[in-house]
Amino acid sequence: MDSKLVVSPSPHVHSGESTSRLMFNVVLALMPAFAVSLYYFGIGALFVTLLSVLSCVLFEYLIQKFILKVQPTITDGSAIVTGLLLAFNVPSNLPWYIVVIGSLFAIGVAKMSFGGLGSNPFNPAMAARVFMLISFPVQMTSWPLPIESRLKYIDAVTGPTPLAILKEGLKKGDTISQIADQIPSHLQLFMGVMGGSLGEISALALLIGFAWLLYKKVITWHIPISIFTTIFIFTGILWLVNPEKNADPIFHLLTGGVMIGAIYMATDYVTSPMHPKGMVLFGIGIGLLTVIIRVWGAYPEGVSFAILIMNAFVPLINRYVKPKRFGEEVKRNG
Amino acid sequence: MLKTFAKGGVHPPENKFSANKPIEVLPLPAKVSIPVSQHIGAPATILVAKGDKVKVGQLIAQSAGFVSANIHSSVSGTVESIDPVLDSSGYKRPAITIVVEGDEWEPTIDRSPELKRNIDADAQTIIKKIAEAGIVGLGGATFPSHVKLSVPAGKKADVLIINGVECEPYLTSDHRLMLEKGHELMVGIQLLMRALGVDKAMIGIENNKPDAIKYLTEIAKEYSGITVHALKVKYPQGGEKQLIKALINREVPSGGLPIDIGAVVHNVGTAYAVYEAVQKNKPLFERVVTVTGKNLPKPSNFLVRIGTPVSDLIAAAGGLPDDTAKVVNGGPMMGKAVTDIAVPVTKGTSGIIVFPATESKRKAESVCIRCAKCVSACPMGLEPYLLIRMSQRMMFEKMEHERVLDCMECGSCSFECPANLPLLDYIRLGKTEVNKIIRARKN
Repeated sequence: MDSKLVVSPSPHVHSGESTSRLMFNVVLALMPAFAVSLYYFGIGALFVTLLSVLSCVLFEYLIQKFILKVQPTITDGSAIVTGLLLAFNVPSNLPWYIVVIGSLFAIGVAKMSFGGLGSNPFNPAMAARVFMLISFPVQMTSWPLPIESRLKYIDAVTGPTPLAILKEGLKKGDTISQIADQIPSHLQLFMGVMGGSLGEISALALLIGFAWLLYKKVITWHIPISIFTTIFIFTGILWLVNPEKNADPIFHLLTGGVMIGAIYMATDYVTSPMHPKGMVLFGIGIGLLTVIIRVWGAYPEGVSFAILIMNAFVPLINRYVKPKRFGEEVKRNG
Repeated sequence: MLKTFAKGGVHPPENKFSANKPIEVLPLPAKVSIPVSQHIGAPATILVAKGDKVKVGQLIAQSAGFVSANIHSSVSGTVESIDPVLDSSGYKRPAITIVVEGDEWEPTIDRSPELKRNIDADAQTIIKKIAEAGIVGLGGATFPSHVKLSVPAGKKADVLIINGVECEPYLTSDHRLMLEKGHELMVGIQLLMRALGVDKAMIGIENNKPDAIKYLTEIAKEYSGITVHALKVKYPQGGEKQLIKALINREVPSGGLPIDIGAVVHNVGTAYAVYEAVQKNKPLFERVVTVTGKNLPKPSNFLVRIGTPVSDLIAAAGGLPDDTAKVVNGGPMMGKAVTDIAVPVTKGTSGIIVFPATESKRKAESVCIRCAKCVSACPMGLEPYLLIRMSQRMMFEKMEHERVLDCMECGSCSFECPANLPLLDYIRLGKTEVNKIIRARKN
């Protein structure tokens, strides 16, 4: 016994946290939004989500096993999270082959070609969504109407998202009060009764997941709250300046991918900054870009682009925004 | 709101199994091995030879320089050998091995249990007595105490901080000492205050020891200038810099010492040893050691003579459980895993922890997912994820620039890492290399 003691350097205890546990908590946090999606979009949501998760996991396994020839790490759960987030960012009537191509892009191009988990500069699900949006613009912007489409997949009844109604209306020269009766109320938006990507619709469900992630200390408040605050203030100013040409800030927070983007996509560990100051800066950047794209850009929705653009700034932020070292101030004064 | 330090920190499970176990005197061992290097600084010069008879409290190795410490025999008996002995460092280092015969103390030691409250000695005498008694920091750092009390010219201490935090999980030796030797501790603190020329002392205790906080707050009323402060539980609050920050909101400058901002920190165990040295003329040759572990039959707190084999302590605590795979000298966050349980207890041994096989080996590493938990955990505001990458790529100059030498090796980063990366191992390597670079630059 004595001669067989384990000798290793301190610390001798560990928190027990692991990558797979963190990922599992993200999956749990996405379940309320998935339930809402099943309720509104039915079989389409179920099919697209399962297909996306399965193909992401399978592509990760195949690429690691046969191309990279390394031990597959699908048990860490990161491919499951990517699959879920990818599905949550597409319409529930998306043809199966587009889902598979999107998964291949997410795992193969955005993740594995950069070195796999921990090395990818762009959020894989977000990069794949933008890739799909550019490659399949029609299919990626035909939004099934909630409830009516429950039992339908490809043949779902579609309609525009609230943001698209707003963009079109303003382009025609309508005022907000003329458009108002075509868009759902704030309460409906909060509950998720609107057309949109299958997992992005219900702010309530996504916020429940946010609370879980905070409680489990998977993420901190810095990125989501700075995105929300920036969008709220920026669109609030525009709204105050001209309420007939700009939607109110609550509408902006509840529509498009703000909730899912801020809580689940922008907080992706790998592609976000390493300390609170940098996280806040990153969040402010996403908020500003989102509003700029929505208000002045060609697309009705800008969260995906905003996150990808800010992902590119993360190395720069990490390099120049440093945490304050203990004892630093004193040294400078002394 | 309870006070604590601002930056970083973690909450490991406390597991203080021996918190309610009163201090027991461990029976004398058959043999002790007393290493001559139990402190930071030069090893002491050996004064005895093989075959010499020694008494309890006799000086057997003399301080070899300003930063060094005297070493006294902890038993009476015959010097059996002066040979290197395996100690907690994992190396064989010079030690005096004594076969125990009876228990004959030096007659100058006052063995009466009465509290001696009146302080006759002046500052110089107190510091001299502390140096003679071989007192070192008993919290585990083992820095010679008289050096800390000798304030360099141009600097001035205005507050004495007493560390009763015991932030390491499992350990309870300071907790028991505060409960059982409160008055002696208070007198020891007053001696330290006089030695430093300060009229204010603050005792910091984490809030998981409410009985100690209550008791010491009560008796502190009888002693002028001493206050007791409850602190929020957070590791590593027992670090000097963190404790000063928590109590008086001052930051020790990077690369500096507490005295630079007018503070001196001593552990409660040290303050008690000071009381014994000055008031009772008793050198430091025994200390309180927690012996604990999840599967150990009787987690205990023992008063142990220095040099006693760790195996004796474990036997007295019910014996080594069958599933034991690791034995740690010190706390689970900063302690050292020993290679053999025959190693001796030294002045810095605050606890012995026995870990079952299920908790002894590290889990497999995976890749860094850049979760930033290490950055939030670091109490010094460093970026461990960056330091490990630099260390692996041997970018040591860059590590120096990133202030790797500020790292106090608390282990919070490795504790938190979900990928089980050996962050602290690589940071230690970097620190060693950076120190080499700095030495080379000076020459």
